[in-house]
Amino acid sequence: MTKATVMALDGAKAVANAMRQINPDVVAAYPITPQTEIVQNFSQFVADGLVDTEFIPVESEHAAMSACIGAAAAGGRVMTATASAGLALMWEVVYVAASMRLPLVMSVVNRALSAPLNIHCDHSDSMGARDAGWIQIYAETAQEAYDNTLQALRIAEHPDLRVPVMSMQDGFITGHGVERVEILDDDEARKFIGIYKPQHSLLDVDNPATYGAWDFYDFYFEHKRQQTDALSKAMPIIVQVGEEYGKLTGRKYGIFDPYKMDDAEVAIVVLSSTAGTARTVVKALRQKGIKIGLLKPRVFRPFPAQELTEALKNVKVVAVLDRSIAFGAMGGAGPLFLELCAALYAYGNGRGPQVVDYIFGLGGRDVVPAYIERAAQDILHIAETGERGDMVRYLGLRE
Amino acid sequence: MAIKLKELAGIEERLTPGHRLCAGCAESIIIRQIANAIEAPIVIATATGCTEIATSVYPWSSWRVPWIHSAFENAATTAAGAEAMYRSLVRQGKMEDKNIKFLAIGGDGATYDIGLQWISGTFERGHKVIYICLNNEAYMNTGIQRSSATPLGAHTTTSPAGEVIPGKTQWRKPLTKIMAAHDIPYVAQASPHRWRDLMEKAQKAVEADGPAFINVISPCPRGWRHDSSLSIEVAKVAVETCYWPLYEVRNGSEWTLNYKPKEKRPVVDWLKMQGRFRHLFTPQFEHVVEELQAKVDEEWDRLLAACGEK
Repeated sequence: MTKATVMALDGAKAVANAMRQINPDVVAAYPITPQTEIVQNFSQFVADGLVDTEFIPVESEHAAMSACIGAAAAGGRVMTATASAGLALMWEVVYVAASMRLPLVMSVVNRALSAPLNIHCDHSDSMGARDAGWIQIYAETAQEAYDNTLQALRIAEHPDLRVPVMSMQDGFITGHGVERVEILDDDEARKFIGIYKPQHSLLDVDNPATYGAWDFYDFYFEHKRQQTDALSKAMPIIVQVGEEYGKLTGRKYGIFDPYKMDDAEVAIVVLSSTAGTARTVVKALRQKGIKIGLLKPRVFRPFPAQELTEALKNVKVVAVLDRSIAFGAMGGAGPLFLELCAALYAYGNGRGPQVVDYIFGLGGRDVVPAYIERAAQDILHIAETGERGDMVRYLGLRE
Repeated sequence: MAIKLKELAGIEERLTPGHRLCAGCAESIIIRQIANAIEAPIVIATATGCTEIATSVYPWSSWRVPWIHSAFENAATTAAGAEAMYRSLVRQGKMEDKNIKFLAIGGDGATYDIGLQWISGTFERGHKVIYICLNNEAYMNTGIQRSSATPLGAHTTTSPAGEVIPGKTQWRKPLTKIMAAHDIPYVAQASPHRWRDLMEKAQKAVEADGPAFINVISPCPRGWRHDSSLSIEVAKVAVETCYWPLYEVRNGSEWTLNYKPKEKRPVVDWLKMQGRFRHLFTPQFEHVVEELQAKVDEEWDRLLAACGEK
């Protein structure tokens, strides 16, 4: 393992440091709470000459992604960061970036969407962009946010993919929460990310390429098929990069992170920082002899349907914790629940656990161990009685 | 570079024939004039619109230069991103300095309306992007809807002339002045009928070595309702009537009039050439012609004053 520097960093600074080490050729970004600290810190790195980056302080998030598209098509490394309304504003061009197969990395510090205005954490922003063609990776801690940023670049630029990656962490909770973070030696980080070789570049004036052509019904469909095929190749590459990173740092990453799942009869499935709270609950219940486990998906896009189905095949009841609502979807459930149910139906051969959904933490509402413990008691009861009851429930909500 | 017709005839076209723009469309003429006037390598970002869809029908491309289309509103910023990458790579020694110039091209919808913020931001940040507005005064690509470049009285499908309303009821946005107010090195208005002036303006924009903006009137036979053989003539009369003056502004303050008609023709001469103004020649709506003339006169007088011609 390589040497590392231990620092006290919040998640935003951890990501800014990963960006410093990546030293992108262009960063175009617009500040928005709670992502602002990434842009501020990175601007300081530029001002202090610690990076070679051409920093474009754009006038909106749509412009941020637009500039990233132009810059990435011009053949260099490009990164940005956003949150909430910013991601929503750039929605149109988020699709363009993925459809042009530009290997961008965008750090998203999850925050609720308006209205009402709210600056705190939930996952409505990135979940709203879940079908845009990007790979989505969610981090539990500041350390993971840092580690994922470096890995995201490798994944995005993999020659078989060339697909942009969105790297998420929870606004304020990890974004502004100071933690112990191990930062790789700069040279080691740079060795890990390697040198980027674009396939085409707008700056190759001797071999002019046309980007973003106009497709009729005679070609558009085939292009979309190619795009979805590329995403279907992502999973082994994400695993391979995670293993390589593990050899370097001792922190190996996969598709999801299981805890006490081997003999679990009931399980909690949750993304991001809440997995940490859930783990303490699972640990405490295990000490009482209760066979409960935790499964924290790291990759949401592409959705690891078969892998999660396999991991949950011996579990009787699953509590999914969703930090956003897919409004109007089945039962008013959240995206993680919907995807998981679809996976269990498609790959479960008619077997598989019962699943209930818990909407929690919208707009930054605290989620305390007692809430998760209540969900745990619920699913234990369902396991015992076989009665599922309400499919979609709420944690920490006044009703 | 002095512009010589003989040499121009032998130049390799950067926009090839075979594109799908309408017969008589001025846009391809303008692009060729501009692209052929610039000696340096160019990279072009184009907004969604007629030029974009007619020149990039997959699996073909009419472009012999690197070209990108991202969306409707963001051609300036797309070009700015490529320009920033170029500066970054050259500064870092990752590529040689090839003196590449970056152009963004958009119609009036992309420029006056939906993309105004992106252009403004690009200019404020000083990107060396030359923005060309192909101004055909409406959303022609989608079937002639009004834009903020559409003049008073013009019939479009969203400002139709009806029994009581005489087409568009507003004048037009003074976009060239708005761009000049960014105090960027070079801003100009041009017309394809004065091709040498237009080509020289493209060269001046390159030489200005900073953000630049050229607003070019681009007659549209479909939307303006004139014969496709008359596009260049219609552009000429727009200039002769002072509806579309040719001028340039350096650094927001140095105004130069490039052409002063010997005799300022009445704007009605230009209106009569185009079916989109046909309804103005009825007793009910003829007052609009007077209003239009008054607006043209007012703007012309102010321009003469700004250019020190008065």
